Amino acid sequence: MINFRYSRAGDVADAVRQIASEPRAKFVAGGTNLLDLMKYEVERPGHLIDISRLPLTGIEETASGRVRIGALVPNSDLAYHPLIEERYPMLSSAIRAGASQQLRNMASTGGNLLQRTRCSYFYDVATPCNKREPGSGCSAIDGHNRMHAILGTSEACIATHPSDMCVALAALEANVNVAGPAGERVIAFADFHRLPGDTPQRDTNLEPNEIITAIELPARGFAQNYTYIKIRDRLSYAFALVSVAAALELEGKNIKEARLALGGIAHKPWRDENAEAALRGQNATRDTFKRAADILLSGAKAYAHNAFKIELARRAIVRALTQAAQGTPQSQSNKKVL
Amino acid sequence: MAAYIGTPTSRVDGRAKVTGEAKYAAEFNSDGLVYGAIVTSTIAKGRIKRLDASAAKRVDGVLDVLTHENRPHMADADQAWKDDVAPEKGSPFRPLYDDGIRFSRQPIALVLAREWEIAVFAATLLDVEYASEAHVTDLYAERDKAFVVEKPAKPRGDAPRAYAASEVRHEDEYFVPVEHHNPMELFAATVVWEGGGKLTVYDKTQGVQNVQRYVCSAFNKKPEDVRVVSAFMGGGFGAGLRPQYEVALAVLGALALQRSVRVVLSRAQMYGLGYRPATIERLAVGASKDGTLNAMTHEATAVTSEYEDFSRNDTGWGGVLYNSPNVNFVHRLARLDVSTPCDMRAPGAATGVYGLESAMDELAVALKLDPVELRLKSYSDRDRNEDRPYTSKQLRECYAQGAAAFGWSRRNPEPRSMRDGKELVGWGMASGVWEALQMPAAARIVLTANGHADVSCAASDIGTGTYTILAQVAADALGLPIENISVKLGDSTLPDAPVEGGSWMAASASHAVIATAEEVRTELLAAAKTIENSPLADAKAEDVVLADGKIMSKHDQSRAVSITDIMRHSGADRILKEKKHEFGEDSSHARNTHSAVFVEVKIDEELGIIRVTRVVSAVAAGRILNTKTAASQIIGGVVWGIGMALHEETVFDHRFGRIMNANIAEYHVPVNADIHDIKVIFVDEPDEKINKLGVKGVGEIGIVGVPAAIANAVYHATGTRVRDLPITLDKVLG
Ligand SMILES: Cc1cc2nc3c(=O)[nH]c(=O)nc-3n(C[C@H](O)[C@H](O)[C@H](O)COP(=O)(O)OP(=O)(O)OC[C@H]3O[C@@H](n4cnc5c(N)ncnc54)[C@H](O)[C@@H]3O)c2cc1C
Ligand code: SF4
Repeated sequence: MINFRYSRAGDVADAVRQIASEPRAKFVAGGTNLLDLMKYEVERPGHLIDISRLPLTGIEETASGRVRIGALVPNSDLAYHPLIEERYPMLSSAIRAGASQQLRNMASTGGNLLQRTRCSYFYDVATPCNKREPGSGCSAIDGHNRMHAILGTSEACIATHPSDMCVALAALEANVNVAGPAGERVIAFADFHRLPGDTPQRDTNLEPNEIITAIELPARGFAQNYTYIKIRDRLSYAFALVSVAAALELEGKNIKEARLALGGIAHKPWRDENAEAALRGQNATRDTFKRAADILLSGAKAYAHNAFKIELARRAIVRALTQAAQGTPQSQSNKKVL
Repeated sequence: MAAYIGTPTSRVDGRAKVTGEAKYAAEFNSDGLVYGAIVTSTIAKGRIKRLDASAAKRVDGVLDVLTHENRPHMADADQAWKDDVAPEKGSPFRPLYDDGIRFSRQPIALVLAREWEIAVFAATLLDVEYASEAHVTDLYAERDKAFVVEKPAKPRGDAPRAYAASEVRHEDEYFVPVEHHNPMELFAATVVWEGGGKLTVYDKTQGVQNVQRYVCSAFNKKPEDVRVVSAFMGGGFGAGLRPQYEVALAVLGALALQRSVRVVLSRAQMYGLGYRPATIERLAVGASKDGTLNAMTHEATAVTSEYEDFSRNDTGWGGVLYNSPNVNFVHRLARLDVSTPCDMRAPGAATGVYGLESAMDELAVALKLDPVELRLKSYSDRDRNEDRPYTSKQLRECYAQGAAAFGWSRRNPEPRSMRDGKELVGWGMASGVWEALQMPAAARIVLTANGHADVSCAASDIGTGTYTILAQVAADALGLPIENISVKLGDSTLPDAPVEGGSWMAASASHAVIATAEEVRTELLAAAKTIENSPLADAKAEDVVLADGKIMSKHDQSRAVSITDIMRHSGADRILKEKKHEFGEDSSHARNTHSAVFVEVKIDEELGIIRVTRVVSAVAAGRILNTKTAASQIIGGVVWGIGMALHEETVFDHRFGRIMNANIAEYHVPVNADIHDIKVIFVDEPDEKINKLGVKGVGEIGIVGVPAAIANAVYHATGTRVRDLPITLDKVLG
């Protein structure tokens, strides 16, 4: 780990001021991802601006019926907050499927969005990686790519975004509130994370001098018919091979509204407008679910070790939509998938 | 007073461990302690062309940077670096010896600084240029060049011909990848510079005297100048049998600076040490239609390094477990550009028996015979490899009691025939076998007038419970309450003990304590006789026992004298005895532990998610000294077996010759959610031949058989036979 300067931000404006004045600075919140990356010398910030004490820890309902979550709310507080458990249980569930209790206690809402890929080449500075060192090459494309993406990949990078929480946020169509030198702006969740394209070094559309202040959830929470299924290499404490957030609004058997987001298969939480459209207005049957899954995966491309993800994702989508339709969401403590 | 031996006595060191009182190698301090940070190679093979440490040296607080160019002198001869556990053939690795790179993550420099953070920062400033050479780290790429090592067991009959003539046959290969031990505690050494050339070395090791001899010979030190201490270990599992490079580096640092130095490996650096070698197990088993075994060939091809020949007994277990007239066993090694493998829980057996017991299951399927039935049909009451009887072998009881506890009789043999909702249910079983080894060991007992005894021995307790069982054995042998026994271990100045491994410590050290306690008793008796009107005036040594703080006649408990009275009378305040115990040389009997493992898996039919919902492990291991710590050993072995079957794999990228999952987020071991019901049964196995106490040791047997039992259960559930570990869900997705 390299030496760095450390300062604490007094308020959001101060945080923005500090980061603008120092190009090699980075914010640190829970530190659960950044500090690891610094130890591996993947991140080499000259200056850490500690934002962990900024008063962005509230969870409150806005006048318009939305819910605003401060960027520094710990993942565990968010998962177990009564308002979230009641109105957005899919978000609670997704968070609880991730990491470990200790990590969730430290991890912040904003930091979770900005956690970086777990691609093992990205983590090892002894190997080439375009995301870490643009132009050096992608070791995963012809190397170990069992954990890697099947959708939205590029010649430059096939990494996945590892977050569980973000999959639920994508399905819920959250907004990301950010502040920067030019003031505040709102980024729709779908526009927040990027596909790798030829700039895999950029994970998101957040500017380096911007800070996330809050996440806002629309009123619609899909609390009746939802689930989050995470499939991984051991029954807990592992990143997703494939995960599915599924949410439905039903009228009898008929699907009025549908949301479907996948984790572990792309550089960002993956949604497909056509797949969701294929659910809307249809009866909630296995065939309908299969059709949606086929649409979502129609452009999937496998690499040497991850072909299984395509079929696994297909089946996981069907299972998740079935759970959602039946109103029997996946438990995150009993690992048997219903 | 009831005996302590055989009871579920709780760990005597438990309190010290949970309160932090127990100190580990990296927790010892010394004035002016210097911190060492290790820099490791990024290439797998070649030479260091240029190593520029000037920027690192300029950092305020850096005291020196040691490399092969400026390190203090160390021995050149291979022999000087051969520790007690080193492979016979080869040239042991020595850190910072020369410019050669033999494996990726090889240590190439040690940065010494006033503070840990300074050392770690300065370590990032080293500028290294390599001259790379082509490397090979893939066993499959090298298997054709593998060479045969000394055969583990003699061939009998003509296995290939008998196989060809067998009515029912099965032949296939099974693969176990490289696996790492991943103990919780990182390897660390704190070398305290005592002045006058004397060193006290706090090292994470399973053998303090092994490290002591190693440091003395590698650095030309007098034995009395080096003391090595390892009283507690946060997990060894075999990784700490040989001295690891942290101790050599810390000693180099101390010699260079003439100051105390601490070196702690990072988690990633732990993957540059020894490991379980990747092994291809090839099995060919043939039987007649009724299930009588005719032929067995077991060939193993395992990884070793370019510089040492490490091999363990993978094959040959079939000749210990089963009666086949025709057998052939071959062990080959393939040299790769990696560090030398080392022992890891049940080395050889964990891998070899996985292959053997998978093949037996496949044979049972081909025969349409119950897997337990097949094993009973070829059950052997003799060790066929050496043609000798066992001191004891209650494996038949293991099958019977294990099967009954598991409910095996309700198994439908048809694959995919049992289900529970969306999950397929699979029941599988396997046998386990390990050696019951025993070594010479010595112990010291200091019995004081107040009826307290200090028991000591250089043995390490690697977390298995050695402190506890020795306290139990001493309490019984000395007739004292266990609270009056203090056990001291893990110090090279204490009486001789072998390294802690191979499951031999329980038998070895407990007999040393018994033998020493006998000497104490003899002296107490002699002193008791000098008391006027002594009730033991004409008692012979074999007629008396120590019990309730007294020495008393076996035949008449009223004829007794208390330890306090004897000491008062003789004017002594203590009795000190030290004795080395050796087991008689006797190869007329085979000494083995056995097990039968029964497993239930539930597998989501669509998603492939595998859950090991039930395990019954029935173990025959002679007399169990402590049913609690022994059961914990077996449970730990089963958990590890689950990891070996489903999770563990050190992933190499052979292009870089480098391990890509060198951390415990990505190297998976089971977590609590993966562990369900584990039942341990110790079947009664009286053994009067093996040793006085009838003890065999249980450290390794718990893992053996578990991976095969799980693989067999996965087959039974899904109809898919996975022959390469770990069995991840993608391999069973239909
Ligand atoms: C072993 C392990 C297992 C894990 N398993 C999972 C898992 O299964 N599922 C899962 O979803 N996650 C998992 N995680 C990841 C974990 O969720 C993230 O590390 C965590 O959410 C990051 O939050 P943080 O506050 O600690 O971020 P930090 O490490 O503090 O920061 C991460 C990044 O975000 C930036 N940042 C932080 N806050 C802000 C802000 N408000 N505005 C702008 N920039 C900001 C930082 O500059 C940094 O670049 C795991 C992590 C570990 C270490
Ligand atoms: S997949 Fe992306 S992160 Fe991984 S090696 Fe390739 S460029 Fe780097």
